[in-house]
Amino acid sequence: MTRLIARLLLAATRWLIGAEIGGPADPQAGRPTIYFARHASHLDTLAIMASLPDSQREGVHPVAARDYWGATPLRRFVAVHCLNAVLIDRAAGPGGDALSVVADLLASGRSVILFPEGTRGQGGIGKFKSGLFHLAQRFPEADLIPVQLDNVHRVLPKGSHLPVPLRCGVSFGVRLQRLDGETKEGFLARARTAVTWPRGVSQTGPVATP
Amino acid sequence: MIDVPIFRPLALAIILLLSAATMVGVVLQRRVTSPAGRETVANLNARIRSWWLMIALFAAALLCGAQVTVVFFAVLSFLALREFLSLIPTGSGDHVSLLAAFFVVIPLQYWLIGIGWYGLFAVLVPVYVFVTLPAIAAIAGEVKDFTARSARLQFGLLLAVYALSNAPALLMLKPMGDYRLPPAMLLLFLMVVVQVSDVFQYIAGKLFGRTRLAPSVTPSKTVEGLLGGGLVAVAAGTLLRGLTPFSAPAAAGISLLIVVAGCLGGLVLSAMKRDLGAKDWGRMIGGHGGILDRMDSVCFAAPLFFHLTRYFYT
Repeated sequence: MTRLIARLLLAATRWLIGAEIGGPADPQAGRPTIYFARHASHLDTLAIMASLPDSQREGVHPVAARDYWGATPLRRFVAVHCLNAVLIDRAAGPGGDALSVVADLLASGRSVILFPEGTRGQGGIGKFKSGLFHLAQRFPEADLIPVQLDNVHRVLPKGSHLPVPLRCGVSFGVRLQRLDGETKEGFLARARTAVTWPRGVSQTGPVATP
Repeated sequence: MIDVPIFRPLALAIILLLSAATMVGVVLQRRVTSPAGRETVANLNARIRSWWLMIALFAAALLCGAQVTVVFFAVLSFLALREFLSLIPTGSGDHVSLLAAFFVVIPLQYWLIGIGWYGLFAVLVPVYVFVTLPAIAAIAGEVKDFTARSARLQFGLLLAVYALSNAPALLMLKPMGDYRLPPAMLLLFLMVVVQVSDVFQYIAGKLFGRTRLAPSVTPSKTVEGLLGGGLVAVAAGTLLRGLTPFSAPAAAGISLLIVVAGCLGGLVLSAMKRDLGAKDWGRMIGGHGGILDRMDSVCFAAPLFFHLTRYFYT
């Protein structure tokens, strides 16, 4: 039953956003992957989950904020049961153990979807929090795949509840490499650039990021 | 509809033409070897496959009757507006206006056609929507790019909803005199002339095209293409006058107008695509691009054809 609802939800998402799915990344089965994207809409998680091939979606867990997705039984049902999300406490603060559940998942070979901004931004991309950096350091075998989202924030912007049926782009970018001796700031800046979908490329696909 | 005298020969001619095109496509696929040529042929064959599907869908909608035809065009408007607004930037203050455009304006416009209320159909977008949507956006309070955002949404609605809805609006017309054919025949006439014009402009352009019509806007429109395609379309329109209340010269004249309007529609929408840095409006129709890439000429020809027919023949 839950599986059926989940499939319907993902199919509805695909129909709504008419997703243009693309990108070079082809996540390798059996390897933990950290997908990361900018966060501007509640639809982001659904859009990414709906764009993953069925075979890969199984082992992927979106990381969601407990204060929102755990707030009502319906949201919790959608997040935890339909989308396999793990709920984390945003209030844990920097260096806190908010991401320990995420680390446990990666340690057991599963994959996660992370929004390094921590909260939905308005307009531009906000600063990336350090969680992505720490996870990348701790799990050097995990693939880091930026996901570029186009138009999703226009379909369901912050503060609205009804979606506008615009076409969206979901593109899985080139693996982000870890550079030896790179500072946290440098790494996060690169990660931030990797999820940017420049305007006007809806037709040609996003610019490949090194 | 099927007992309209000219309908069967027309249907037969379309099927023969498409079959011939399909066979030419197969032959070209075997003969052409250069990489660029192969790409053109692959696109040509995708276009031909899409033509079969589009014509089947349109014919099914027409045969199912007026209500189904109106719903069919409402869906086209929805998809066209979606393509337009997906590429055109709006702001976060436009959310309610966008919702209204999709879920209020489109159903209302086509419902008015369905019940035959011409008076409100003709002014809904230019009067009521013109007043309401910018007001909603102003109340939402975001002022950044306000003028441009309002103008974009208005243009999108005029193009994808108002102009396009003039095609099924032909079903509302009751021509005077002893013209007694089903109203869908005028719509069929319009669509055939527009699309024949588009197709033969493409063919003539590929075969003889030298002089570009507007080089900075689109490489695909040429003077030779326009003349060749226009000639075929005017001939087709004149032959098909049996679908309409027009005399032969009137059918030729109005076909010429459809050709010119359609060409200008393609040109205007190409200029917009250029401005947006996009090649096509969408990917829904294999080989063609989006709905708007196929319907751009209809959007410009339909309002002119509707109002001229209404003024002179009802």
